[in-house]
Amino acid sequence: MSEEKIGVYICHCGTNIAKVVDVEDVAEWAGNQPNVEVSREYKFMCSSLGQDLIEEDIKEKGLTRIVVSSCSPHMHEKTFRTACERGGLNPFLVEMANIREHNSWTTDDKVAATQKAKALTNAAIERVVHHQPLEQLPVEINPNTLVVGGGIAGITAALELANGGRHVYLVEREPSIGGHMAQLDKTFPTLDCSACILTPKMVDVGQHPNITLLTWSEVEKVDGFIGNFTVNIRKKARYVNEEHCTGCGICIEKCPFNVVDDIFEAGMGDRKVIYRPFPQAVPKYPVIDKENCVYFQKGKCKACEKFCPTEPNSIEFDQEDEILTVDVGNIILATGFQLFDSTNIPQYGYGRLQNVFTGIEFERMVNASGPTDGKIVLRDKKTAPKSVAIIHCVGSRDENYHKYCSKICCMYSLKFAHLVHERIPDAEVYNCYIDMRTPGKGYEEFYNRLLEEGTHFIRGKVAEVTNAARKPEEEGKLIVQVEDTLIGRQRRVPVDMVILSPAMEAQPDSKEISQLFKMGCDFDGFFTERHPKLDPVATMTDGILIAGACQGPKDVPDSVAQGAAAAARVAGLINLGTVMMEPVRASIHQEECSGCRICNNMCPYNAIVFHADRKVSEVITALCQGCGTCVAACPSGIISGAHFTNDQLFSQIEGILWDVRPEKELVSA
Amino acid sequence: MSEQFEPVIVGFLCNWCSYRAADLAGTARIHYAPNMRPIRVMCSGRVDPQFVLKALRDGADGVLIAGCHPGECHYVSGNIKALRRFILLKAMLRQLGVEEDRVQLLWASASEGIFLAERVDKMTEQIRALGPLNWNESVLGGNGHHVAVPVPEEV
Repeated sequence: MSEEKIGVYICHCGTNIAKVVDVEDVAEWAGNQPNVEVSREYKFMCSSLGQDLIEEDIKEKGLTRIVVSSCSPHMHEKTFRTACERGGLNPFLVEMANIREHNSWTTDDKVAATQKAKALTNAAIERVVHHQPLEQLPVEINPNTLVVGGGIAGITAALELANGGRHVYLVEREPSIGGHMAQLDKTFPTLDCSACILTPKMVDVGQHPNITLLTWSEVEKVDGFIGNFTVNIRKKARYVNEEHCTGCGICIEKCPFNVVDDIFEAGMGDRKVIYRPFPQAVPKYPVIDKENCVYFQKGKCKACEKFCPTEPNSIEFDQEDEILTVDVGNIILATGFQLFDSTNIPQYGYGRLQNVFTGIEFERMVNASGPTDGKIVLRDKKTAPKSVAIIHCVGSRDENYHKYCSKICCMYSLKFAHLVHERIPDAEVYNCYIDMRTPGKGYEEFYNRLLEEGTHFIRGKVAEVTNAARKPEEEGKLIVQVEDTLIGRQRRVPVDMVILSPAMEAQPDSKEISQLFKMGCDFDGFFTERHPKLDPVATMTDGILIAGACQGPKDVPDSVAQGAAAAARVAGLINLGTVMMEPVRASIHQEECSGCRICNNMCPYNAIVFHADRKVSEVITALCQGCGTCVAACPSGIISGAHFTNDQLFSQIEGILWDVRPEKELVSA
Repeated sequence: MSEQFEPVIVGFLCNWCSYRAADLAGTARIHYAPNMRPIRVMCSGRVDPQFVLKALRDGADGVLIAGCHPGECHYVSGNIKALRRFILLKAMLRQLGVEEDRVQLLWASASEGIFLAERVDKMTEQIRALGPLNWNESVLGGNGHHVAVPVPEEV
């Protein structure tokens, strides 16, 4: 038997564990296991009192190994390692058993959960005996940062870092930065002009000496780890030379072909085939839409090239996509959101009834630089509506679509109501809502203001929007069928225009993005933060941070706050210069290596070299990332994977099967 | 515990994808069979076929190996190495008469908590239908001494 003295600590986690697992029983049972010197259960092991227990026991009882049965090591391994260190033990002499995420939260069966908790705890007890003291490895942090997404969150993050003197690569897949905020006319609740507050920041980004702006570009590949990522970025061909182009816009003026702008104008307006999404675009260089360009499709036209005044000519039809490789230390993802597709709810008539608009279409319509020059009109582009219904919660708070509250829709729906009152003073405005949710500075006050402006508020989820009139006054109108739950009866509200307020949802490719950057996203496709309360901008993958609506529905101030928070986190790491890495690394026992070279090709990082003179292989520690593939492959079993050694894992397997393992005598006979 | 047979499954979950998928299943309070007992490895490529044999010999009725999806391995290609070893191991287990469903390999990304939970449920049912493995009796014909390879002591 080993000489080790183990301390075992079973956490109740309030009732999170204790309501399913009989923690007293587990602790008492653990106390009788070999090598266990002390076994305790405690309400919250992660609290300072819980940590003090460990620290004091190490000092007073001379413990040499610690087992904490509580939550996932991804949650609190660091906490308990630090506690061990304070007690004078090497931090790697602690092992956690995950009896919360992997046990108590996944079942109501108390007997089975208690048995499983014993198995996981015992696995840790038997494993920890074989732990070895290890030292963390310092890794240098590359001071450059990649920010993905040029909306307000990404812009803020990039500017915060750049203003602090750090270099930033800002990648945006559209031709201009600005994101959704650039599409808006006014921002709630202050009714600031969106462009007026956003464009100065966009210009700052475009001109900042510390920012390399890569628009019309997408990240293709990410390798490496915190401090040292290598990223491949595809810079799509613009067919416009950015060095020669002055952004004069003559090519756009002269391009003879128009197409519907589905992205920036949300289908409400046209753009040229060579285009900038909007006049204040940053960068100012246009892009040729190859799919619709007559020259690319039919080989004739070249009007843009003909009229380009620069010398040499800025139009380059033979431009090709470029792959840029950049090295960065940290990555901030601010990839934003998309709006719920309102055609998914056919009973609201979008796409079928022409005067049903989506929120973003209305945003473009009220925007002074939008397709109607800011006039609120029906699809005929001339008639001003005399009555408007605004439907909240389209696709959100709905079991059939998204269960979550999309958070910003009440406020932007109120803003729409205000804008209708402002532009068409005699129009009647109806807001149909489930609950009015206005938490935020100045938000409830804005709601009160709308109440005074004479908006009709109907509390009820709209059943249907129809053009089937039942009464003469409904002829030619859109009728909103809704149960008014405050007066307890069905209402039919005839209006000229209906505006749907769709939910924010994750980008359609958010899952691919999360896989590309090797971090998680939740069932709705929003990126998973390291901790929902206390670490909303970090992810489970070190060096990858998230900001803005890619993490969940968010308004502008929250996105800005997260962008700045992510930047601050990165700036702090860069200031430190190094980060401590897990010492989980492989090493080859040189005397015993037969030189078979099987491991050489296993390593994805080429971290194993073969010394031809001595005929042995060796792991270069600086390159090794600790996956352990070579350890499993070595036919002699003489590659050791620190903290995941064969001894440790075999013991863990034995320990986890404590209740079903054949008699000890048989195994050791 | 109820009268029905409750299989014990050892799960080797990779740190980056499937261990996190299991964390997510817990955080999302998805209930699934408590029969799978997870062991964390940094990569599914770390799973030595001996781990699987050890688990089966020591009383497990099944073994689950879970890693990142192909092409998404945190360590580039460790999961592919795991797949190669898995195919060889399965060929050997087949010769020993160990049923197909007892040892399974699956890919679960960090966001696939529900998927992982469903697969654990399914695997538990499959092995429950097969009954206990009872390695010493069924695989070695009761001559348990053949399996008595002691765990190597620390070097």
